[in-house]
Parts: sequence; C-alpha cells; structure tokens
Amino acid sequence: MAAPAMSTTHASSPASETPILSVRDLVVRYRTSNKGHVDAVRGVSFDLYPNQSLALVGESGCGKTTLGLGLLRLLPRLGSVPSGSIDYTDGQGKHVDVLKLNRQALRRWRWEEGAMVFQGAMNAFNPVLKIGEQMGDTIKAHADGRKPSQQEITDRSSEMLRGVRLEPKRVLDSYPHELSGGMRQRILIAMALLLDPRLLVLDEPTTALDILTQRAIVDVLAELRAERGFAMIFITHDLSLAAELADRVATMYAGRIIETGSVRDIFNDAHHPYTAGLINAVPPVRGELPTLASIPGSPPSLAKLPTGCAFRDRCQYAVDACATTDPPLDLIEERPLGLSHTAACLRWQDVHSSREVVGADV
Amino acid sequence: MFEHTEHDAKSSHALMEISDVSKIFTTKHATLPAVDGVNLTVNAGEVLCLVGESGCGKTTTARMAAGLSKPTAGTISYDGQDIWSLDKAGFGNFRTAVQYVHQDPYASLNPIRTVEATLTAPLRKHGLAKNGKEAWEQATQLLRRVNLTPPENYLSKFPHQLSGGQRQRVAVARALSLDPKLIIADESTSMLDVSIRVAMLNMLGSLRDDLGVGFLFITHDLAIAKYFGWQGRTAVMYLGKVVEYGPTPEVINNPQHPYTRALLDAVPEPDPDAAARKLEGGGLKSAEIPSLANLPSGCSFHPRCPIAEDGLCDVKEPALAPVARRSVSCHVVQREDGHPGDRIRPPEPAGATSTS
Amino acid sequence: MADAIAALGGTVPGAPADAGAARSRGQGVFAQLTRSPSGFAGLILVVLIVGMSVLGPLVVSPPVSDVNLAWNGPSGAHWLGTNGSGQDVLKLIVRGGQVVIFVGFGAAALTTVIAVAIGALAAYFRGRFDAIMLQITDIVMTVPQIVLLAVMGAFFQLDSPVALAALLGFLTWPVLMRSIRAQVLSLKEREFVEAARLLNLGTWRIVFVEIVPNMASYILINFIIAVTNAIYALAGLYLLGLAPMSGSNWGIMINDAWTSGAMFNPLAVLYILAPVAMIVLLNLGLIMLSRSLEEIINPRLRDS
Repeated sequence: MAAPAMSTTHASSPASETPILSVRDLVVRYRTSNKGHVDAVRGVSFDLYPNQSLALVGESGCGKTTLGLGLLRLLPRLGSVPSGSIDYTDGQGKHVDVLKLNRQALRRWRWEEGAMVFQGAMNAFNPVLKIGEQMGDTIKAHADGRKPSQQEITDRSSEMLRGVRLEPKRVLDSYPHELSGGMRQRILIAMALLLDPRLLVLDEPTTALDILTQRAIVDVLAELRAERGFAMIFITHDLSLAAELADRVATMYAGRIIETGSVRDIFNDAHHPYTAGLINAVPPVRGELPTLASIPGSPPSLAKLPTGCAFRDRCQYAVDACATTDPPLDLIEERPLGLSHTAACLRWQDVHSSREVVGADV
Repeated sequence: MFEHTEHDAKSSHALMEISDVSKIFTTKHATLPAVDGVNLTVNAGEVLCLVGESGCGKTTTARMAAGLSKPTAGTISYDGQDIWSLDKAGFGNFRTAVQYVHQDPYASLNPIRTVEATLTAPLRKHGLAKNGKEAWEQATQLLRRVNLTPPENYLSKFPHQLSGGQRQRVAVARALSLDPKLIIADESTSMLDVSIRVAMLNMLGSLRDDLGVGFLFITHDLAIAKYFGWQGRTAVMYLGKVVEYGPTPEVINNPQHPYTRALLDAVPEPDPDAAARKLEGGGLKSAEIPSLANLPSGCSFHPRCPIAEDGLCDVKEPALAPVARRSVSCHVVQREDGHPGDRIRPPEPAGATSTS
Repeated sequence: MADAIAALGGTVPGAPADAGAARSRGQGVFAQLTRSPSGFAGLILVVLIVGMSVLGPLVVSPPVSDVNLAWNGPSGAHWLGTNGSGQDVLKLIVRGGQVVIFVGFGAAALTTVIAVAIGALAAYFRGRFDAIMLQITDIVMTVPQIVLLAVMGAFFQLDSPVALAALLGFLTWPVLMRSIRAQVLSLKEREFVEAARLLNLGTWRIVFVEIVPNMASYILINFIIAVTNAIYALAGLYLLGLAPMSGSNWGIMINDAWTSGAMFNPLAVLYILAPVAMIVLLNLGLIMLSRSLEEIINPRLRDS
C-alpha cells in the first residue's frame, strides 16, 4: 500500500527549507452502511514547502477532496485516518503532529495555521449573520482570550476584504444572500486568511462560477500569495486552472497520487497515461480546432479495486504486467523542493502528453 | 410582422426563429429586463452557441425557445409558426420536436424511476412504441445512441446508481426519445468532470452529424463553444442583449466586441506559459456584472469596458451592426470597423477595487 | 464531499449493476426496521392487535349475556371478568377491534387520498382551484371538529362503520393537504418535472406518477399518524355517545362502562381498562412504527 515519499530531495534542498507539511503514507477510510469500509485515500505521501502551490488534480471520486479534508482533519463522521502521518512545521520551526492534536489544539491550529476554502460558497455562511459579524466572530474566537476592540475587528476584516478586491464598507454590512457567488467565494478566501495561516487548502473554489468571476478569483489568489506568502493546496478537476495557479501538480487516481511534478514538467511532458489523458481532454480556446479524445471508461469502484494498476482497464498503454503490479512512483527527473517529476506507471518511458500523440478514442 | 414573414421567406430552412424577443420580469421593487430584443436563428441541423456570464439572459432565452416561458414581447417561431399562436395539437408537436437538456443531471432525472421507466414513458405515451417489448427495444437503442453500452446494464438502474456523466447521457437519451429536431442544451456539460466533458461533447456532436439534430447550445465557456459549435454560429450575450453574433470561428478566433475579448482572455488554458501571460481580470475594469434592476446608461457594458469612450458609450446605446463578417454592438469597434488596433488593450493594468 | 459520497459506494461510477435496486431498497427498510428495537416492537404490536381483531370474530363465538354473571371479577373462566350484562370481557375485546380498526384505517385512507389528490393538484395547477381549495381547508380547519361531529351525529344516522370512516375522513384531510401541497410546490419546480412536461407526458401522469411517488414515504408515515388520530377521534365519539351504540366494539365498551358506573366498581375496572388499553397499545404500536420508519427514511434524523 505504501507509496514512496514523493520528495526525495531533502539533501539537495537548502538546509533552511524544511517542508511546511510532510505527509507520509496517509490512508483515509470511510465506514460504509453495511459494516464495511472503503479507503478513499490509499497511502499518499508528499512534502509541501513554504509558499508553494500544489494542485491536486483528478476526476470526482479520486480522493482529492477527501485528502484535502483529511489534511485539516475536517473529515465527516464516517471518515477516519487509520494510518499515516501529517507533520506540520510552524513558523518557528516547531513540529506539530496534526493527527495527534486534541480537539482544542486542533481548533486553534485550524484557521491559525491551516485554513480551508470550501466549494459552494453559500453553504459556508450563516445566512442570518452579516458578513462583518461572521468575520468578527472568527477574529474573536482566536484572540487568545484577549478581547479585540470593534475597531481592531473592522480594520482587520476590511484589510482582508480589500485584499480580495472587495469594498469593505459595502460587504461588511451585507448578508450572504445579498452578494453574488463570486463575491461570496472571495469573502470565503478573505475569511480563511483572516488569521494569517501558512497553509490554505482550496476545494474547487471556482467550479460553479462564471469564467470572468473565475478569472477574478485566480487573480486574487495569485496576488495574495505573492503578497502574504502562504502555501496552497488547490483541489480541482480542471487542469487548466492548475496551470494558472500551481507550482506543482499531483494527479490522483483511485485514492493514490499517480504522478507529480512541477507544473511545466506535467504540462509539457506528462508521463502517466491518465495525466496525459486529462491534459488532452481540455478543449483549447485558441488556435486550431483539435480532435479531442476523452479517457474511455470510468474510474473503478474503491470498494472493489482491480489487482495491479487501478487505471489499467482504461489505459491504452496497459500490458500484462499491469494486471499484477501496482506500480510505485518512479523518479523521472530529480528536482529540489518536492518538484521532482515522478509517475506511477510501468511504461512511463513510452508515455508523452503532447496533444498530437495521444489521440486514441475508444 | 411583415418583416418577420419576409425574413421567413429568405431563410426557409430556419428551424427556429427568435425575433425581437424580450422577457421583462416585474417584481415589487423593480423591472428586470432579463432578455431585451434578441434576434437569433437556428437552422436545421445547425449549432447555435449562446455564450455569456450568468445573469446575461442566456438561460431565459433558452427557456423561451423551449416554450417553457412566454416572451413579454416578440415572437418565437418554430417551422415558421409562432409557437404561442399554435393550437393545442400544434403546440404538442412543437413540445416534442424541441427538447431540453438541463445543466444538472442530478436534478433532471426522477430519483425514484429507473432508467427504463424514464426512457419508455415518452415512447409509450406518444405511441412510438406499441407495447412494452417495443418500448424496451427502443430504450436500449437510445442508450446505445448515447454510448451507454451494454444497455442492459443501465436499464434497471436508478439515477443514484449512476455517475454524473452517465446520468447526463440518460438525460440526453430521454431528450432523443421523441426524435427531436432541436435540442436546447443548457450548460449541459458544465457540471461534468473535464475528462467526461469531451466524451459528452463528442457524443452530442455525433447526434448533430448523424441525426441532423439542431442545437441551441448554452455555455459560459468559450472553449466549449468553440469545440462544439465550430461549424455553427455563436452569439455572445451581455445583460439581456446580444453583443456579438456570427460564425463561431470568426467570433472566437477573432473576437471584436471588448466583452467577447474579455471572456476569451479569462478562459484558463492548459499551458503554464500562456497562463503567465494572462491579462489581469481579463482586461476588464470590474469583475462584477451590473444589476439588471439598475442598468448603466448608454452601452450597458461601458462601466467594465476597457475601450469605453466618455460622452459616447455612456450616453448612446449601440445597435448590432455588421463588422468583419459578424454583427457587433459596440460604438468603438463599429467606427474602426474591425481594426480597433491596440485600443482594446489598455496600457495600464486595471487593478482598481472592483465593485459595481 | 462528492468524493466522500462516491467513496461510500453510493454513486461509484463503473460499479457493476446490482439488480433489482427497488427490491433491495425495500428489503433494506425492512432489515433496518427489524434492527431498530422500538420500530420492530411497534410492528409486532400492530400486527398482533390487527391480526387478533380481524381473525377474532371468526374464531371466538359472541359472548353470551347472563345476568347472574354481571360484574364478575377476573376468574379462570373469565380472564378479564364480565360486564354488567354478564358478557365475557375478553371475548368482547377479541371481537370488538374490527370496527375500530376498520374505521381508523378507512378514515385514514380517505383522508390521505383526498389530501394527496387535492394537495398535489392544487399545488400543480395553482390559480383558482388552489385558492378555492385553500379556502375550504381554512374553513374545515377553523370549525371545531368535535362540535361538528356532535351536530353531524345528531342530524345523520351514523349507523355503519363506513359512514363513520367517511365522516372522520372528510373532516381531517386539510392538515395533510397543506403539507402535501407545500411539498408539491417545491417538487414541481424540480427539473425532472420540467423534463416530463417537455416530453408532454400529460398532467395526470406528471402529478401522480412523477411527483407523488417521490413523497411515498412521507405519505405512508402520515397515513399511519392519521390512523391513530382517527381511532382516538372515534373513541371520543363513543365516549360522548355520539356514535351509534349498536353491536359491540371497544368504543361501545368504553361508553357502556362509563355510563354504567364501572369507574366506581372495583370489580368492573377491567371492563373499562381493557378497551382503553387496546386502543392505547394499538396507537402506541403505530406511533413507534411511524417514528422508526421516519428515521429509516430520513437519514438526517438517523445521524443525530
């Protein structure tokens, strides 16, 4: 089950650069109604460095959202982490074992160190409280027993709202339903960043939004990251968003990371057939009209995974060995700071992602 | 009305004509012109893409085209006849000939009915199948048509047992059951994963090519419009009006209206190098769309427009006029007739606080 | 969350077809019912009492009146004693449930059918029909039922169980009709209803085949609650002497015991307690059943 650590580059990285988040062999398990269980995340390992932006990419059901929730221990009640470790290093270099935090410590750690922005901005708000009140509550709840003044609260909230390019005066006094979906999503980002976390996890933050609104959010995120410097895990099924926002991409399939690398390595030369298929499924808006191929079939049920490689039934490169071997992440190109290119495919040498090559529609 | 008949004669193969159609919603506090004087034509077997942000009126237009809501002004004609002056039988024919595929496959299938029940109900009701066996056979054919094979695996399933992509295929199969001439697809692929989306578009494309079904295809994603509607035409809507309308390759590869350009600039690209070159905010002055209840004066796009000219665009409303093989409603573009040069791109980045 | 849901096996794409989903779902409800102790106890209670009342009259002969045996306490021959006419109370209990249960279920069925039909159609059509129906429900809900029953009882000869069921049924539908109407108002905006309209499937079919079955579990639960309500209403009618006193059933037993002063006769206490207990047990069983059905059907309740 254990996938090898994604980053094998500690030696080559500067001594000062310790990962902010170090995840090893993480398994997330859901109990099912008939007393069984399925593992939605099956042994994921990676290191995330300060100020880095990692895109977790995959189809729905691949475990990317579960992984995101698991990292911040936000799993629903049916979920649990039976094995693996999440090691967080705070600004002072102190290590925090996230899985061992007690309830109170976890509450503080979440939001102050690691924050999450959920998909579907409406559900995350209390519909009967004004935005200003909701932001104020967050600040008060994390004020270390000190009572922040109203002025402090307003100043802090306004600063964050300006950071996401909203006019504080208008927004603070509004109820969630009075704002557009794009504005709400930006407020959520502002709220997540209220306490200056060093890690931000975003789950499909732009999925339900229009293209211009999506653009605004992408811009805001890029700007905020440049300004404030935080590490970001960006969960999406849309690879083109990853291209815009991420330094690194990790493709997930059936609960595993199956390819990782810098955004350029992935887009210019993906070596896992699944990643290549995802890249080739995005219609380009510029240039000539290509014939696009989809990835045939659908992901396997996590409850009954096939032997060997989970992707082999859909894979045009599959050979007999794929039925018996579940390939580990192979190192393709070593790079520092977790940017190494790895792929979990027996035939990664034969796979290339340029649009012209992959084109077998089934 | 005379113009209308004249137009009919001109384009006899027009399947659906939307002529000067408006839909004004009146609430206690405001009148909202959701759609304002829209003219569009869908020819038999052709794709017309309707593109724009949410709130631009594209779904309202689609619902009027489907006969689901009645325009407050203008006419929708199908096969040369105003659908709202048809008798009951005529309207019934229209209803079955024009089908609608909703955005959300989780909501558009009845959760308590199997795929078989969903597909056979219209066949039996309209006498296309005389008995249960015939209906079953036709249902399997429909499922094959939308690439759900083998069909036997799907007929007995309930929607909750299917994935999003499979549900949407069932919804398309249902729309096909009555042999429609026009399918109105309202963001039918926007909720699907990227990996499934292309397969869905390819399947819809085969319906267009093999069955000659016309499409009114609504999307906010220009890349999708380009991929699906390349041979057809594209209309870009903004705040209830069509602002650019022409052959898809022209509109998307060489956009003229500053709004179309902004939409194109905003499309994320699967290419990190291209992404780095992106203009901030798609080059718009504001990310927020103005409220329909309080439309800006003159050209309703002028507060967001990077090339708006004071004293012109905020005063006078532009009309659609032919520019460079399509119609555009923009004073500046019309004046410079398709060669607005670098005026489209403002020299300084627009980074002002964005509110409407 | 989509991941989570998919991971739970609900909509995992590509999962092989499990045949007969409806059947398995139905079996699931029954299996869960047997696992919930109170729900299962409720089911057993209802089955036992209804079974006894239906089969009782076929097995047990009518009790014989014998003045010499009047107001006897419990004995080996008469487990529950006798009444003022010397009739065996146990036999009366076994034979006396049929009418009560018939009226209860009949009235509930009538209420439910009226409420669902009118509620669904009013919500679907809106307009004048809806307005008129709402007016009628207002009126029916405002009139105090017991008074109306008294008046009706005085005017009409309520001599058959059918008439009683009809009367109770016609008086109680408005509450359920309102909630059905509210649900249909929201259901009819769902896209699958619009899809059915686009296919021109016909109004009746859309309302009663596409929309109403989506409320099946809600309707079932409300039907069960309506049964308990009707039974209590019937018991009240008998106690007040507004229902016909011909024959014998639990209601008449209560009335008879009450009017003949059984309350003050220690030996007769079982005569009044036995029918009351039967009615209470039956309703308790129905309510326990409906409550755990509700929990099974509505997962949000199950989790909390």
